[in-house]
Amino acid sequence: MAHSSPATTPVLFTRDGFMRGLRASPPLLIGGLPFGLVTGLTAGAHGLSLLEAGLMSALVFAGSAQLIALGVWTAPVPVTTVSLASLTGNLRFMLMGPLLATWFDALRGWRRWLTLFFMIDHNWAMALKEIEAGRRDAAFLLGSGMPVWGVWILTTLIGHLSGSLVAAGPGHPLFFAALATFIALLAPMWRGRGDLLPWLAAAAVALAVSRLLPGTAWHIVAGALAGGLTGLLCERAKAGR
Amino acid sequence: MAQLHGPTVLAILGMAAGTFATRAGGYWLFSRVRPAPWVSTLLSYVPGCLFVSYVVPAVLAGGPKEWLGTAVALITVRLTGSVIWPIFTGTAAVWLVWALG
Repeated sequence: MAHSSPATTPVLFTRDGFMRGLRASPPLLIGGLPFGLVTGLTAGAHGLSLLEAGLMSALVFAGSAQLIALGVWTAPVPVTTVSLASLTGNLRFMLMGPLLATWFDALRGWRRWLTLFFMIDHNWAMALKEIEAGRRDAAFLLGSGMPVWGVWILTTLIGHLSGSLVAAGPGHPLFFAALATFIALLAPMWRGRGDLLPWLAAAAVALAVSRLLPGTAWHIVAGALAGGLTGLLCERAKAGR
Repeated sequence: MAQLHGPTVLAILGMAAGTFATRAGGYWLFSRVRPAPWVSTLLSYVPGCLFVSYVVPAVLAGGPKEWLGTAVALITVRLTGSVIWPIFTGTAAVWLVWALG
């Protein structure tokens, strides 16, 4: 394979790139297993049928956002709040996509939007390294994302089925798994002392809004925005000094 | 098992649209308009604060059982650095108290 400069090599979308992504995916599959199981279990606990749980994982394909939406799932389903919760829960994707623009720009039609659908945290990080290494095959993202998607649906279904096997009713300790998942994911997000005030602001606003508007997802949206604003103000204040 | 309810399907489609809007919309928007630095700064705080906003009210809405589970999960994160073990130890702790009580 001849190596020419990245700027002049056109971006490709080939079977080889897809296979390269496929070969990079196994570690991602193992890491995702418990999250799919917890999501399926939680979906079942909130009254979603097996088909609905599978459909959600197939179409949304975003673990934390699905768990957040399920956390505020009531009957009747608050369609607007769960949609908004998913959007807020995935805001990070808005900053991630543009960094792979050299690949997406070169793709035409369905290839571009399908590849974007299969962008998750892990294969995004891998794709970034591919681009830095001068590799130009955008099918890598599809190849590394599709197996994760398949396993994600499968583990959601298994989680849902195991929940109905245990016949766990509401209040069963098994459902603490969803909250435990968030606690586990939250801890490594702590970046240092600069996060203290934003996190406190988020907690306070979220608590207040959850009292004012119980049974909705607005406290999550409000808390996330309040925390973001606090972080912004803190950085401004520090820079101004 | 295989039934589909209208409102649930609608909610799933809404979630799918909201999620795809971030995956595709971010690329679409910010490859045309460079995000102002303050937007990037604000958004960089969103993931952590979002999780805090979910976890804190949910933990406080629980009882001693859930508080113990939270403590066990946090200690497990601290000791193992894993994001998977705390799910098991935290849930096991809550289950144990539930079974004993």
